[in-house]
Amino acid sequence: MTMPYSIQIINLLASLLLLIAFAMLSQRRILSLINLFAWQGLVLSLSTFVVAYSTGQHHLYYSAALTLLLKVLVLPWLLHRLMRKLNVRWDVETLINIPATMLVGIGLVIFSFNLAAPISQLSESITRGLIGIALASVLLSMLMMLTRRKAIPQVVGFLAMENGLFFAATSATHGMPMVVELGIALDVLVATFIFGIFFFQIRETFDSLDISNMEKLKDD
Amino acid sequence: MMSSNQALGILLQIYQSLLVVALAPLLTGWVNQCRAWLQNRSGPGVMQPYRTLRKLFHKDAVIAYNASLLFRATPYIRFGCMWLAAAIIPIIAVDLPFSPAADVIALVGVFALARVFIALAAMDIGTAFGTLGARREMLVSFLAEPALLMVFFTASMISHSTQLPRIVEALAQHQFVLYPSLAFAGLAFVIVLLAENARIPVDNPATHLELTMIHEAMILEYSARHLALVEWASSLKLFAYISIGIALFLPYGIAEVGAMAGNWGSALPLAIIALLVKMVLAGAALALLEALLAKMRIFRTPEFLGTAFLLAVLGLLIHFLLGA
Repeated sequence: MTMPYSIQIINLLASLLLLIAFAMLSQRRILSLINLFAWQGLVLSLSTFVVAYSTGQHHLYYSAALTLLLKVLVLPWLLHRLMRKLNVRWDVETLINIPATMLVGIGLVIFSFNLAAPISQLSESITRGLIGIALASVLLSMLMMLTRRKAIPQVVGFLAMENGLFFAATSATHGMPMVVELGIALDVLVATFIFGIFFFQIRETFDSLDISNMEKLKDD
Repeated sequence: MMSSNQALGILLQIYQSLLVVALAPLLTGWVNQCRAWLQNRSGPGVMQPYRTLRKLFHKDAVIAYNASLLFRATPYIRFGCMWLAAAIIPIIAVDLPFSPAADVIALVGVFALARVFIALAAMDIGTAFGTLGARREMLVSFLAEPALLMVFFTASMISHSTQLPRIVEALAQHQFVLYPSLAFAGLAFVIVLLAENARIPVDNPATHLELTMIHEAMILEYSARHLALVEWASSLKLFAYISIGIALFLPYGIAEVGAMAGNWGSALPLAIIALLVKMVLAGAALALLEALLAKMRIFRTPEFLGTAFLLAVLGLLIHFLLGA
């Protein structure tokens, strides 16, 4: 039951994606978090490229190139610049300690593998096993957003979540129409800009990027 | 009546056991030499462990006044355990007569037995440092052991057997396949290897500061031939762990007894050359890893080993999902 090499490579990249999601979850430094996000984008771009090559769908080449440009170069650069401008070098603060987060993460992986099993059986595509991994990385990024206290890690979590969704789209259904992909890419870019502006606003109001301060914004 | 295959198997078994005992200090010396080079020192040379062993065997043993029989017996038990482990692992040939004696789970048990005895012996004298070392060793190993078992389970799931020779055959003799699950297991195994062999991010084998010791703190009271056996057993343990790593993740070149019967003039030297090349590379890689990493605080160790467990479990899960 040997699989063709392209499928093996995609499986390997999918596993790497999951590994990077866990690495992000365990990361204590913002700088490494952003670098990991760039690596995740690179893996995503590579896997899209392999899918494009093995299925012969030309529009996927564009989306691989777009991923490379946007998620490996532009967004990490924007985040780095934001970090420099905000002068934030402190370590990431987590709400629950990291080993506990990892255990919750394993639980999420098992949950999403179980959840994806019946969906995968409906799919005709040969890469159907990857839906579970994509779902797991989406949920892990969400977990990262939930457990981080500061604003920048949460945004990185949001962007990583989008990576997971994108991976699900390319691996399970061989990609979305080009218009949709362009739209999402633009959305993410704009969202990062807006987040950047938000960061400055939050810091100006509270002198810190700790979003728990925002609970004080009530009227009473 | 013994068939010629069986006789050859027994011969190879004896040969492998002797070879491993003879080569284990050389591996330790090589790792230390590589480390010295990486730290810009000239280093004592790869034969230094042999010289140390010779010196230690010539000294008179000094044993604490209140040491029990356990303390005297432990070096021999530990050395025996490590030697047994090295005899079970397919190092130069699979299908050795000893290998059915224990599968991978029993192999973990053999390592655990040696560990229990050294920890008990460390507490036997009643010094503070011995007890401290024993407790730390137990802290490290109770986290490393499940990770090691998970690594073995991942390999067993792929090859449908917990016998090391079967795993080696299944992984080496099929068409080349990329196993993402094995990549995860390999990463986890490296972490376990570092922790179990008292290497740098967890423990510093060259330290002289008692407060940071783990393994060294346990053997502070040993001297002369006992210390020599303990050191030799540690070398054997490192050799055995690297051999397990080779058997699981790089099983190419390990000979088969059955195939060797006809042309063993060519198969055996090939197996030994493959072993030596892999050991030299693995030792250099280990030294490089140690030069790159910094020793972590003892309280960070559980997190480090937790990562190993996580990786191994992820490997297992990915095997279930992708079937690879």
